[in-house]
Amino acid sequence: MADALAKTGFLGKEEHAPTKTFVLWRPTAKTGLMSWLTTVDHKRIGFLYGISALFFFLVGGVEALLIRIQLMVPNNHFLTAQQYNEMFTMHATTMIFLAVMPLSAAFFNFIMPLQIGARDVAFPRLNAFSFWVFLVGAIILNIGWFIHDGAPNGGWFGYTPLTTKLYSPNHAIDMWVMGLQLLGVASIAASLNFIVTIINLRAPGMTMMRLPVFTWMTLVTAFLIVLSFPAITIALVELMMDRLFGTNFFEVSGGGMPILWTHLFWVFGHPEVYILILPAMGIISEILPTFARKPLFGYPIVVFSGASIGFLGFGVWSHHMFTTGMGTMGTAAFSLTTMVIAVPTGVKIFNWIGTLWGGHISMRTPMCFALGFIWMFMIGGFSGVMHAAAPADAEQHNSYFVVAHFHYVLIGGSLFALLAGIHYWFPLMFGRKVSEFWGKLSFWLVFIGFNVTFFPMHFLGLNGMPRRTFTYDSNMGWGTGNFVATMGAFLLGIGVGTYFVVMVYTFFKGEKVAKDPWDARTLEWGLPAPPPEYNYLVIPTVHARDDWWYEKHHRSEVAAERAVHAKEDAAHGGIHMPFQSIYPFIAGVGILVGAVGIAVVDADPGPGLVGRKLATCLVGFAILLVASLLWSLEGNDGYHIHPEGEVEGDGHGH
Amino acid sequence: MSSISAADIDHHHDPSTSTGIPNKKLLMWTFLASDCMFFGCLISTHLIYRLHPPPGVPAARQIFSIELTSFSTFILLMSSLMMALAVNAIQKGNLRSLRASILTTVLFGSIFLGCQVYEFHNFVYEKHLTITNSILGTTFFTLTGTHGTHVAVGVLWLVLMYIRSFKPAGAEAAKGTWLLFSFAHLVVFAATLILTGYVVLGVARAGQADGFNLKMIGTYAGAQYPALIATLIGFLGLRWFALPRGEVDFDQRNAVDVEMMGLYWHFVDIVWIVIFTAVYLLEYIS
Repeated sequence: MADALAKTGFLGKEEHAPTKTFVLWRPTAKTGLMSWLTTVDHKRIGFLYGISALFFFLVGGVEALLIRIQLMVPNNHFLTAQQYNEMFTMHATTMIFLAVMPLSAAFFNFIMPLQIGARDVAFPRLNAFSFWVFLVGAIILNIGWFIHDGAPNGGWFGYTPLTTKLYSPNHAIDMWVMGLQLLGVASIAASLNFIVTIINLRAPGMTMMRLPVFTWMTLVTAFLIVLSFPAITIALVELMMDRLFGTNFFEVSGGGMPILWTHLFWVFGHPEVYILILPAMGIISEILPTFARKPLFGYPIVVFSGASIGFLGFGVWSHHMFTTGMGTMGTAAFSLTTMVIAVPTGVKIFNWIGTLWGGHISMRTPMCFALGFIWMFMIGGFSGVMHAAAPADAEQHNSYFVVAHFHYVLIGGSLFALLAGIHYWFPLMFGRKVSEFWGKLSFWLVFIGFNVTFFPMHFLGLNGMPRRTFTYDSNMGWGTGNFVATMGAFLLGIGVGTYFVVMVYTFFKGEKVAKDPWDARTLEWGLPAPPPEYNYLVIPTVHARDDWWYEKHHRSEVAAERAVHAKEDAAHGGIHMPFQSIYPFIAGVGILVGAVGIAVVDADPGPGLVGRKLATCLVGFAILLVASLLWSLEGNDGYHIHPEGEVEGDGHGH
Repeated sequence: MSSISAADIDHHHDPSTSTGIPNKKLLMWTFLASDCMFFGCLISTHLIYRLHPPPGVPAARQIFSIELTSFSTFILLMSSLMMALAVNAIQKGNLRSLRASILTTVLFGSIFLGCQVYEFHNFVYEKHLTITNSILGTTFFTLTGTHGTHVAVGVLWLVLMYIRSFKPAGAEAAKGTWLLFSFAHLVVFAATLILTGYVVLGVARAGQADGFNLKMIGTYAGAQYPALIATLIGFLGLRWFALPRGEVDFDQRNAVDVEMMGLYWHFVDIVWIVIFTAVYLLEYIS
């Protein structure tokens, strides 16, 4: 294998003279601002995603609290109707695209390459580019708070014709369109990278059916992203054409049909739901075996259930549209597929229970969150199956029952799992561990606060309280439920606050732990904590599904094997590291300028050749073009490091 | 320059990856899967609105010129042949043949784009179909325009690959001059392409107005001589840039880069076959 590697032409041309010219300089900073702007290390990019996601999670949380304060009592005037629309639009958009997705992406980046025994992702610079474009999209979405036009206010679903120029004339919707468009670019670019990485960069012996379940779910999620995001991209392109160039896609007077938007949106929107939950299921499938001290029950079934959830997820979108009058046949078909998708989900639940069954369960903080996940996600799943029945859905549609349902699957599901994952992998990432007392306290605050907030919403919804309405009258009988929900929201806020304060404290002052503090099972736990930038000193050879567990029980054989491989590696020039690069960041800057030109700058009044709007777009495009050219010209070469710290550049030493 | 014979590289198996598929190739295949969905949504939009025409929407058959589009379709399909030859050439390390094939692909791609520019101009100014005045115009221009953008990106990629194939090897590469040289090459190439398109479309339009004959061409040349001279200078410049200047850093180890570009190019052609059928031919059934 190593011989073949040395001979292959696919690895780039390391024997060439270096091409370091005045523009193609290679940044080498390992600390400070420059090191973060130019990083191509998947672990650092994971941190960048994680920190951005947690920041926007707090922003979205504040928006949620403002919504709950407004609804606390009848006829409240804490927010105006307009502000309320901005709040619920930005709360949903922020939580989905800027909190849960990037937090999952943080785990994909940090954990997945470690789990497959790789030293980085397949395209390190593309990975950095994905993050910068994500950040630009997040900025564009949130610019509205600071300018006169205000934040986007058309709902996270952006239904036409509300979002067309006629009804939303200012730039708020333009920013929403452009922001989501860029987040789509970032997600697709990152997912292409993850797919190639998982398929092509597995360590020897890491067959597909030995992949840790989290990595499997990363793969399924990445496929969902590359296949479903195009639908919303095209929908957004059509809406943008309508808004900027006066086309007729959703313009009824010109023959357009707003229902097309709804279909395109949900063709993306429903797979998106699984994009949010499958990574969470992957995390749970890692945590349960570790703390039950048993292998995952029915590994192949769990994997195939995840894949079939992903597959079926493309065939259920119209259950968001039962009340649009699709006709009996369409409604019945989508009702059926929606019920079918509950089957693989149920299979997973039973496999998790099977994993717990007869295990030596240790109730540590990650395990609390994981068990909370199973319970809460099941409640959300049950109300989901209730929606699958079209007649019942006609009653529940657009009511708080739906709000209760999706918060049970998104908070009780996705978020609980992500919080569990942070606790679980914290020792690996930073070499420190959160104290059990504070961890469990934050769990119980979050758990109780969450249920007090959202359980009453089931009843509010069944009693007819509609979504997205900024206030209600006192004689509707919704006062008590709303008051309780708001109290719960404050408790949830305190819980989340506790969680993060404890996390920050632990980062600086927490108890230091040796590697593998949970006695875990998968490959990444064999690494020192925190892992070095090259991850694996010697690329591991995988012998079993839970390979680290195998290694712990076959220490001498594995050590002998590793020594042989280490010698071979050294003979071939040490560990190859990719050069850092500034161009992904500069390309991101170009995209930011261009996106501001498209979404924020006013259209030029006259037919003048180059006005402010066009000029801004062109400047952004030029920056992007030059950055891309230099990016490709600097090439994907790298340098070699040797375990004891000796460094040599390509072409210098040999 | 280390000499690696073609036999040293197996272009169908990359031993450094788990599956043997080169990473770049797998990336492109996955991207194309995603691109399928992009075009799928746009083509669906067109077909749905075709089934639900609002009153007063113009008849597509009266607007389309099936002869012109059939010609440009044929040209685009032939460009795929040249692209395949380019991949084959670099896999064998044959640079001359690679460059010739790339230039032919660029030529054919540009002819297709020229036809599209002519078609759009004709539709807007003579058939009065614009992107705003009917749902047909909206879906037609958005869909074929998106495809045209894909072809244009492909042409740009081909041109950049062509210029890249002149990157010097060895000591020359260490100096920064090749970079400036390449940028100049790119600027001249782009200018020449645009000028040629301008001249050819101008001749076509003048000929359409006055009939094709020597007099018309003479009048056109008289009126447009600066453009003609500039075009000529452009071609001479391109010839000069292509003069041999010693060893280059481009050989069969770059085959995967060319092949990745080829996959993209073929995909864009296949999409055009679908668009040609679903948008144009469909109007001529019954």
